[in-house]
Amino acid sequence: MKRQTGMTKQELNPDIWVDNYSDYLFNYAVSRVSDSEIAKDLVQETFFAGLKSAKNFKGEAAERTWLISILKRKVIDHYRKINSKKAKSMVRITQNQNSEADSNFLEEQVADPMSLLENSQIENEELGMAIQECIAKLPKKHALAFTLKTINGLSTEEVCKELDINPSNLWVILHRARTVLMDCLNNNWFKI
Amino acid sequence: MKSCKDVEIICTKVQYKEASFLEKIKIKLHVLFCKTCKTFSKKNTELTTLCSQANIKTLPIEEKEKMKTELKSRT
Repeated sequence: MKRQTGMTKQELNPDIWVDNYSDYLFNYAVSRVSDSEIAKDLVQETFFAGLKSAKNFKGEAAERTWLISILKRKVIDHYRKINSKKAKSMVRITQNQNSEADSNFLEEQVADPMSLLENSQIENEELGMAIQECIAKLPKKHALAFTLKTINGLSTEEVCKELDINPSNLWVILHRARTVLMDCLNNNWFKI
Repeated sequence: MKSCKDVEIICTKVQYKEASFLEKIKIKLHVLFCKTCKTFSKKNTELTTLCSQANIKTLPIEEKEKMKTELKSRT
């Protein structure tokens, strides 16, 4: 049986894309291409592609999910592009001269499968996405204050100037924002 | 005697290393006998750790404004 009742159809609203999703998309892109300039271009291209294919949006997914799916394709295209510039279908294997291994077997030079380093990198990326999802739920002014102060590390004075508020207002806003974020992250990330 | 709300705000200031010496003393005293604020303070510190651990990157405001105008010109 299809669950159709109570489902509201999602609509696209390009005017709010940059404010609501650009950081989320940027973070996703930068963790995949490791270059902020390229990541920025990919986000911009995603928005343009979103506008172009807006008529194909069926309203089944949330706006952000839909944009992320476009960005995923953009990231893949980016890697295709840089790969096609290199020699095609050629695998280059460089013997690591400085390797501590005594033999020349390549098998001995692969990454340690028991290493936790990659896992923690993936976990941190997921954590970043979770925090951003929670930030997106905050009122716009609270989200901006929190991002500027916590993530961009701006001084109190600069944030106050940017938002046109006084310091005691800022502390109340930050306190509220943090309380909401703590609740939002509570189930998944807090160890307390 | 500080109310819990005041203490929580000071606790937030502590997260950004912007609480004064006197404020820090006040919060330390309060936390001694207020369990709610103690938990809040712990969680607040954990949030700071998580945020730095996540290493979130954001686009500069100027870039966002540029994107907005670009998008508007295409709609």
